[in-house]
Amino acid sequence: MKQFLYFGAFALWIVMIAATPLLADNYTIRVAISIAMFSAMAVSWNFIGGFTGYPSFSTAAFFGLGCYAGALAQRNGVPLVLAWVFATLFVAVFAAMLGAIILRLKGHYFAIGSIAIVDLTRLITSSWGSLTGGGDGLNVPLLQGNPQEVSALVLYVMLTILIIAFLTSIYVDRSRLGFGLKCISQNEDAADMVGVNTTSFKIVAYTLSAVFCGAIGAVYASWVGYIDPTDSFSILLTLKVPVMVLLGGAGTLLGPVLGAGVFVLLEEVFWANFLEWNRAILGGIIVFLIFFLPNGLLKIQYRDLFKKLMDKIGDAPKQVEKSS
Amino acid sequence: MDIIQILLNGIVLGSLYACIAIGFSLVWGVLNIINMLHGSFIILGGYLAFFAWQYSHINPIFLLPIIATLLFGLGYLLQYFFINKVVMSPVLTTLTLTFGLDMILYNLMTVFFTATPRRVTLDLGSLNLGDMYLPVDRLMGMGLALLLTGLLFLVMRASKIGRAIVAVRMDRQAATLMGIRVNNVYAITFGIGAFMAGAAGVIFSLVFPITTNLTGTFLGKAFVICVIGGLGSVPGALIGGIALGLIESFAGYTIGPQNATTVGFVLMLFLLIVRPTGLVGVKGYE
Repeated sequence: MKQFLYFGAFALWIVMIAATPLLADNYTIRVAISIAMFSAMAVSWNFIGGFTGYPSFSTAAFFGLGCYAGALAQRNGVPLVLAWVFATLFVAVFAAMLGAIILRLKGHYFAIGSIAIVDLTRLITSSWGSLTGGGDGLNVPLLQGNPQEVSALVLYVMLTILIIAFLTSIYVDRSRLGFGLKCISQNEDAADMVGVNTTSFKIVAYTLSAVFCGAIGAVYASWVGYIDPTDSFSILLTLKVPVMVLLGGAGTLLGPVLGAGVFVLLEEVFWANFLEWNRAILGGIIVFLIFFLPNGLLKIQYRDLFKKLMDKIGDAPKQVEKSS
Repeated sequence: MDIIQILLNGIVLGSLYACIAIGFSLVWGVLNIINMLHGSFIILGGYLAFFAWQYSHINPIFLLPIIATLLFGLGYLLQYFFINKVVMSPVLTTLTLTFGLDMILYNLMTVFFTATPRRVTLDLGSLNLGDMYLPVDRLMGMGLALLLTGLLFLVMRASKIGRAIVAVRMDRQAATLMGIRVNNVYAITFGIGAFMAGAAGVIFSLVFPITTNLTGTFLGKAFVICVIGGLGSVPGALIGGIALGLIESFAGYTIGPQNATTVGFVLMLFLLIVRPTGLVGVKGYE
């Protein structure tokens, strides 16, 4: 019953986002696109960070490679949709090969290694000027149509990716794979002992965490029409996505979607009102999150909270009576 | 003669790198925390040195102890009131928390100091030995960096607090049972990390222009050096720093300066996979 409620909420949320091009202005559609984009990346990251419990910070590398693979394919005459598919496959293969190497590491070393991947891909992209345009960036062929149509198209593509990612995460959650991943998260050695093929499970989780980011990156590149190494491989992005998942609730199905939605909306408010302080406020949110919401929004015991609150309100007059 | 010049440049750069990485390595080794604030601490030290110098025209070398002590205080407070609360959590939590704190510090710096590159110019000229060319400010920076590294080594080795830090690193629980106040030791260790970062910042402001955009670069160097040298040991960081300085200066000469940083990262990934304890610091208890 509870599950139906959850998925109903997800479906309603998707319908709300999908309805924005019909009802709202361009600014709202932009926000909706951001929400869809970050939700899909958060759901992706959840495979490795939430289910498997590996602190992976290489999201921006996959996103950036997706941007560049899509853009370069298009510039070399590959049709739009095929270029997106190519970028997705390219990132998937890259992640699988990288995962086979980097997933030998654990804990802090894995975290450092995965951050280094972001730096490394950025540095290589900016110094390989003949292919990628270096620090000058690349122009990506613009999408056809007027601005309204373009943003509606981008929104629907991003939403499709989000839905596919979400359905995959439901499937993984209920399959042997998901069970194995959760075992790895609790105790990797024990999981290995009882016959979970930890290496290949981890590689699959890592690849799943990359593939949707690659797709999103390729679509994003077509949407904005211009990409450069600093923006595509940004260290901020690589930390934002895990923070969104933590905000919603890591390892849950709906958590990443909820966290990404809340985070993007908060960010919009802060961008609009405190332009100069936006980074500090995001930092403040992170600090608050770590101390007060360590398990995310989904795991709060709302009933207890409500009860406590009611008790307090109910208690207050009594105390006054006593003291008088 | 070229080779010797490159070698010298590498060693000068390497000593500065060692100074950058030593605090980071100590914090990682003892507290088991990847301190994302480290880059911002360095830049903060550099900015404080620049503005103090601009205001008072005192040579930043004399200001170094004051600035570094200020950063020690900042680090101590941050650790005592914030990071200590989650110090035993998994790396995802601690790393995210220090990154959040870093975003706040970074934002404060860009608002109050702006992102304009600034450099303390002392115009000390340069030493010419035969064909070799050595700017005096860089030599001075190198001397200071090595001096500080030596001092920290002595503190860790011979002082009471240094022994306490090493004890906590070896076994937190046993240290608690021996009457060491672990939370305090953690805060002091983090403070020392910030102290060394601040000192490195002051030294860097003498040699290179300082701007907030460099925080990530410095942090990246600290990662690489820690992996090369191993964690938590002063000699490890020194060797790692000098190794990275030499590698970058040779790579800059042979395949172009824009690729020098890439070489460092590739080497680091390779080492992470082949030998994650680092070249030196197998145990690293000083």
